Amino acid sequence: MDILKEIEQEFLTENNFPDFKSGDTISVHYKIKEGNKERIQIFKGVVIQRKGSSITETFTVRKMSNNVGVERIFPINSPFIDKIEVNKFGRVRRARIYYLRELTGKKARIKEKRF
Amino acid sequence: MPGLIGKKIGMTSVFSAEGKNIPCTVIEAGPCVVTQVKSAEKEGYDALQIAYAEKKEKHTTSAMKGHFKNANTTPKRKMHEFSGYKNDWKLGDSITLDIFKDDSFVDVVGYSKGKGFQGVVKRYNFKGVNDATHGQHNRLRAPGSLGASSYPSRVFKGMRMAGRTGNQRTKVLNLEVVKIISERNLIIVKGSVPGSKGSYLIVEK
Repeated sequence: MDILKEIEQEFLTENNFPDFKSGDTISVHYKIKEGNKERIQIFKGVVIQRKGSSITETFTVRKMSNNVGVERIFPINSPFIDKIEVNKFGRVRRARIYYLRELTGKKARIKEKRF
Repeated sequence: MPGLIGKKIGMTSVFSAEGKNIPCTVIEAGPCVVTQVKSAEKEGYDALQIAYAEKKEKHTTSAMKGHFKNANTTPKRKMHEFSGYKNDWKLGDSITLDIFKDDSFVDVVGYSKGKGFQGVVKRYNFKGVNDATHGQHNRLRAPGSLGASSYPSRVFKGMRMAGRTGNQRTKVLNLEVVKIISERNLIIVKGSVPGSKGSYLIVEK
């Protein structure tokens, strides 16, 4: 196991994304290649979960797009992620807020964390 | 084909230069010791016998102790014979991953994970009965007919039925080499290889 961890460390590239966890609202700036051109797309939504560790860690962002729930899973170490912004810190009681999938409208609100 | 004996460390994923997420397996291969050089004059064919992984002396038979002593090495756990090596290897030489440094693809041989006694759906990818209704009950994963009736009045040999599954020698061809870390005897290949973590593998050119 330790060899695996060492290898993952070797391949890991430094990123300086802000700390965020489930319940937070974030915007992911994602680089998209179209032919030779590169442009940046922003995916903004609530973080449903963070999963895995080190190089295989991923997070899921859920947003409502035209009243349809859209979830997207990003590997946190993906070189395509340009930037992550935390828009809102949410206060939730669990690490994986799957219950949000069943909720819509006013019920799907998440309380903002107060510092 | 020339190759090495190794051990499966486990799987992880890395990002390629283009940013693609590649699933890959880490294998510790070598250094292997040449324990016998077979030649066309003496044994009738050219081959190299190599050994890998330490073994306690008290678990080694006297005959094997003598064999390892000839090669001037400690007792080893796994041995394998490879043809296709160039003739310049001598008894007691240590072979490392450097032999793969020009290769972009390797083959990996291992024993698949044992699955125990399994039915035909898992073992041979039979479809089972697709309906749960239309008169079917408790035969969703049944094999169906084993053959015709009064002629031939028997079941043909080799009819695929339930039984022990897995734990079979399996060879995976043309796995892309992602990286070789020769100072730590590690080779990273794209994709999966047979067997559980810690199981022994043969990595071939």
